[in-house]
Amino acid sequence: MCLGLPGKVTEVFVDRGTTMAVVDFGGASKQVCCAYLPEIVVGQYALVHAGFALTVLDEKAALETLELLRALGTVADEIGGPERTGDPSARRGERAKSREESA
Amino acid sequence: MRRHMADGAGAEPAEPTPVDPAAWSCPVPLQDHDRVILGHGGGGVLTAELIEQVLLPAFGTVEAAAPGRDSALVRLERDVSDGAVTLAFSTDSYVVQPLFFPGGSIGDLAVNGTVNDLAMSGAVPLALSCALILEEGLEVAVLRRVAEAMGRAARAAGVTIVAGDTKVVGRGSADGLYVTTSGIGAVAAGCQIGPERARVGDLVVCSGPVGEHGIAVMSVREGIDFGTRVASDTAPLSGLVQAMLRACPGGRGEGIHALRDPTRGGIAMVLCDIAEASQVGVELAEPAVPVPDAVRAACGFLGLDALEIANEGKLVAFVAREVAPAVLDAMRAHEHGRSSVVVGEVTGDHPGLVVARTALGGSRVLDRPLGEQLPRIC
Amino acid sequence: MRYLDEFADPSVALRLVEQIREDATRPWTVMEVCGGQTHSLVRNGIDQLLAGAVEFVHGPGCPVCVTPLETIDRALAIASRPEVTLCSFGDMLRVPGSHADLFAVRARGGDVRVVYSPLDALGVAEAEPEREVVFFAVGFETTAPANAMAVVRARELGIKNFSMIVSHVLVPPAMAAVLSSPARRVEGFLAAGHVCTVMGTRQYDSIVEQFHVPVVVAGFEALDLLDATSRVVAQLEAGEARLENAYTRAVGRAGNERAQQVLDEVFEVCDRTWRGIGHIPASGWRLSPRYRDYDAELRFDVGDVRAEEAPDCRAGEVLQGLVNPDQCTSFGTTCTPRNPLGATMVSSEGACAAYYRYRRSGVATSAPAHG
Repeated sequence: MCLGLPGKVTEVFVDRGTTMAVVDFGGASKQVCCAYLPEIVVGQYALVHAGFALTVLDEKAALETLELLRALGTVADEIGGPERTGDPSARRGERAKSREESA
Repeated sequence: MRRHMADGAGAEPAEPTPVDPAAWSCPVPLQDHDRVILGHGGGGVLTAELIEQVLLPAFGTVEAAAPGRDSALVRLERDVSDGAVTLAFSTDSYVVQPLFFPGGSIGDLAVNGTVNDLAMSGAVPLALSCALILEEGLEVAVLRRVAEAMGRAARAAGVTIVAGDTKVVGRGSADGLYVTTSGIGAVAAGCQIGPERARVGDLVVCSGPVGEHGIAVMSVREGIDFGTRVASDTAPLSGLVQAMLRACPGGRGEGIHALRDPTRGGIAMVLCDIAEASQVGVELAEPAVPVPDAVRAACGFLGLDALEIANEGKLVAFVAREVAPAVLDAMRAHEHGRSSVVVGEVTGDHPGLVVARTALGGSRVLDRPLGEQLPRIC
Repeated sequence: MRYLDEFADPSVALRLVEQIREDATRPWTVMEVCGGQTHSLVRNGIDQLLAGAVEFVHGPGCPVCVTPLETIDRALAIASRPEVTLCSFGDMLRVPGSHADLFAVRARGGDVRVVYSPLDALGVAEAEPEREVVFFAVGFETTAPANAMAVVRARELGIKNFSMIVSHVLVPPAMAAVLSSPARRVEGFLAAGHVCTVMGTRQYDSIVEQFHVPVVVAGFEALDLLDATSRVVAQLEAGEARLENAYTRAVGRAGNERAQQVLDEVFEVCDRTWRGIGHIPASGWRLSPRYRDYDAELRFDVGDVRAEEAPDCRAGEVLQGLVNPDQCTSFGTTCTPRNPLGATMVSSEGACAAYYRYRRSGVATSAPAHG
């Protein structure tokens, strides 16, 4: 369920008492109801479902997630740990450790 | 449903009035009608006026059509037929709503659609006919715009509209305007292109970005309208196809096995049709299919698949591997094929099925789309 | 496209696959509840890439599939009334009722229109005051705020010719029902990410406490699903059962509190019969007494509706994760997207439709290239 798509807010306006926004999904834009996010600001990215903005995307969190994921598989190489063909349980331990550190 | 068909018979007078032809003058000048009325479909004076004042000038066929004939004559020139004559013959009806959309109109589709159907057989289009069904109350200015679009499209495609018919139906019965065009074209001897001719080893080529027409029309349709840069890609492809045929050794298209324009149902439909007709497997490399960002975005929030969306100015070709480089070069040198790209190949595995592979190596079977493309929440 | 493309990176995805396969010392059974996640998993071939390490069973995450048959039949009856314009999300149009679907009703002269948003339906009511506009309000908690706002606005703007057929379903009770089933195989969950944008991840605390299963909130792109799966597997390997959030860019503990307030006002919890699964107490939302004058099922008396399922349809077992679509004898034979026996084959997010589209017997995934 729940086709929700991130899009960039390019305009904010009020329609009969309700905050609305124009959201650009990368070339196609739609008018979206922001009754649930009235503090929304131009330039933010919103998650849109069924014509409503439900949440603002957290850029910092997105970057952190990407960094963490991209680092997987390179952690072992970087710290001179077990070779890829070596001990899987040791690598598991490293990964758990790096997850906790970034949590 | 409301259905009210009128054939305009009521426009004829009940009793003939004696007139002196020398003193005859047109009783009802067209200029008094800014909207189509039932009488315009009656086959009488009003119809003749509509044709002479709106349609013929737009189509540019005042000399060629020779009004007064029941059928047009089309002469086949020797250098086109080159001995044996195979005629390609196609017909299509156009009922698109709305009549005008970013990038074009029902008029453009009506000409380019039939021209392209002929071109997909390797034919040079020779002549088109145009049958119009007009809704009572349609603004003549709208009809004029559509007719002018048809004339422009015909000139761009190098084809002439030589025959036609005009009918008017009661208000509420035709969504403004319906068009049916039929076309004939000449296929050079030795040119053998058909959906059953794809072979293992063939490469699948797409002539450019997909999804533009369907998204452009959807973007102005009530209920799901949204702002977008996407315009319909409607275009005549006969020139592109002739360039492809010439690029093959022998200059007659030997090595081009199948050609289809992916209209309703998108490239998914076309690939499925050819896979089944030829009983071969088709492997589509999904990341290779060019999808414009704006189309991807619209598909994203509506929940649609770009592979299933209509195109009106693209073709898919199944080409023998050894001629593919030359054919691709010829396509990219043509204005309607600049972004041509290989998107897949024909395999002996899974005959009759089309399999799309994602960048991860995942696969999915592409089915013929079932029907209307509908936006979804799920 | 931003916030999407980066999370589809194939080389990172394949490394995650490798990592999960290393970590799993035995095969684990994981359920994803959300239909959108089912489709993403199957379409990206993630279930094939992880075969042997993780078995995915697909949960009842398609609100279209689980809308009760009686409700569909009542919606068809309402749509058939000459004064009614029925507006619906596109997903619902082909869902089979006992004898027909909304497409068939339209063909017989019913005024059925597809909308992208419930506010579009309200717009139709405003623009066509002579019509009685009825909106088919289905969905999980993600869609409920949109549907709720339609009636709130209808009241604010004084629009009287608008009403809704409400059939909302809730995710946590469905998960609890799956976990309470004696035939249960599920050992861990990928939890629906977009539902959490509304309700917050805290709604899963009780599932974790009561059933001691790992629950990881997941997004929808390949990396999101693989990341979440690797966390579930890591917990299972370590014998843990915690709630984790792997969709931090969109989801937090509290959710959207403004939406929750409106939901409290517009809807109230009710029992719901899930098509194919059966009665689950306190698993649905209906209009609250304050908004009951917008309830289309009360406004239009459509009489007694006797609902009949196709006898061979095993959608219920599929929805509970007891059987996979390709294990049903009707799958691909008497039941196809063109002639569906049940809702799971119709809805684009239904598990049977996903299998039909993306998996056909004899078509194998090629071995992933190692980048």
